[in-house]
Amino acid sequence: MSILKKIMTAVRGGAREVGELIVDANGTRIFEQEIRDAQTHLHKARQDLTDLMARQMQASREVVTLQRGIKEHESHARQALDTHHDDLALQVANKIALMEGELAEQQEAHATFGQHVEQMRQLVQKTQRQVKDYERQLSMLRTTESVQKASAAIADNFATSQSRILSAKDSLVRIRQRQQRQFDRMAAADTLQAQASDLTLGEELQAAGIGEQPLDGSTVLARLKASRA
Amino acid sequence: MPCWWCYHRQHIGYRPKEACINTQELAMRLLEIGSFEGYQFDCQPIPSDVGVLQVTVGDYEEIPVFVSVTDSQILCITHLFSESEVNPKFRARMLEEMLELNIPMPLSSFSKIGERYVVFGALSVNSSMDDICHELITVTENAVEALLAMEEFVRQDV
Repeated sequence: MSILKKIMTAVRGGAREVGELIVDANGTRIFEQEIRDAQTHLHKARQDLTDLMARQMQASREVVTLQRGIKEHESHARQALDTHHDDLALQVANKIALMEGELAEQQEAHATFGQHVEQMRQLVQKTQRQVKDYERQLSMLRTTESVQKASAAIADNFATSQSRILSAKDSLVRIRQRQQRQFDRMAAADTLQAQASDLTLGEELQAAGIGEQPLDGSTVLARLKASRA
Repeated sequence: MPCWWCYHRQHIGYRPKEACINTQELAMRLLEIGSFEGYQFDCQPIPSDVGVLQVTVGDYEEIPVFVSVTDSQILCITHLFSESEVNPKFRARMLEEMLELNIPMPLSSFSKIGERYVVFGALSVNSSMDDICHELITVTENAVEALLAMEEFVRQDV
């Protein structure tokens, strides 16, 4: 069964400790142990792989050296034949035969190591995938468990403290109030702005001599003079 | 073996130190920051063995964000309403609308924990403080939007 399906079944069953329920009585610890075991295997497999690759490289170097040696000896043998040193040529030929035997062995070893390296590489990849898969499943379990515990803690906290989780209706009332406050603030700002612009318009009109003019001494004196005459 | 950095039992394998953010540390950093994008943060730890932090964004006291840190993610959860508040006549339609809104709603999703409908956002444990602050604000704003959008499905008599 997929891990999500298991979580779903457990949650539907009202389980508080999903991790415990799904894995078993020992909880997620067994899962963690499995991951650690897999990681140990992975570590060991990587070491083996490095070892195998080193030996493959060694065999490959060995092959090159032997091939070069055989070529050298062949040219020596030819020179010996050319100069009629037949017994020397025979000795060299024997040596070449030995080297060719060894070359065949090394080539076989190289091929075998190659196969082993490939197998080991696949094993490492498989184990890596498995570790990742375990970790993914464990993470899902833990998240579910953590959320359940957190949610229980929140509920307990609200139950013991004076505060409470608001109902949607109450929350909406508060949200509406906040929105209204913001509208009011904007409206007030608009009014202020309007008053400010009205004021300046009045001032401008006054400066242009339009509308009501402020009283000053000269106006009063003019009026007094007019009344005396 | 507990975590090398924070002694957390659930942390497996090598992790960078920054990855071991816990709710206490988060509370301290949020208090240090004080405000972000014009919003003030108020933190209050909730006693629990998993570590839960109640964060209020600005004056949205009615929609606190509950933050918890798991081994791979930081979860920011806001409560919308409980099952008993849903008008049973509209329940199926509400659930469908929630599914439809999951993608358009930025950085948050609808979910349900036990009897409670929630809006939540999940962050990587490697997120920066800016990302976390941004998430807290977003999830709060989304919860307000969600409440307004879901109002018609909520019973008015409870």
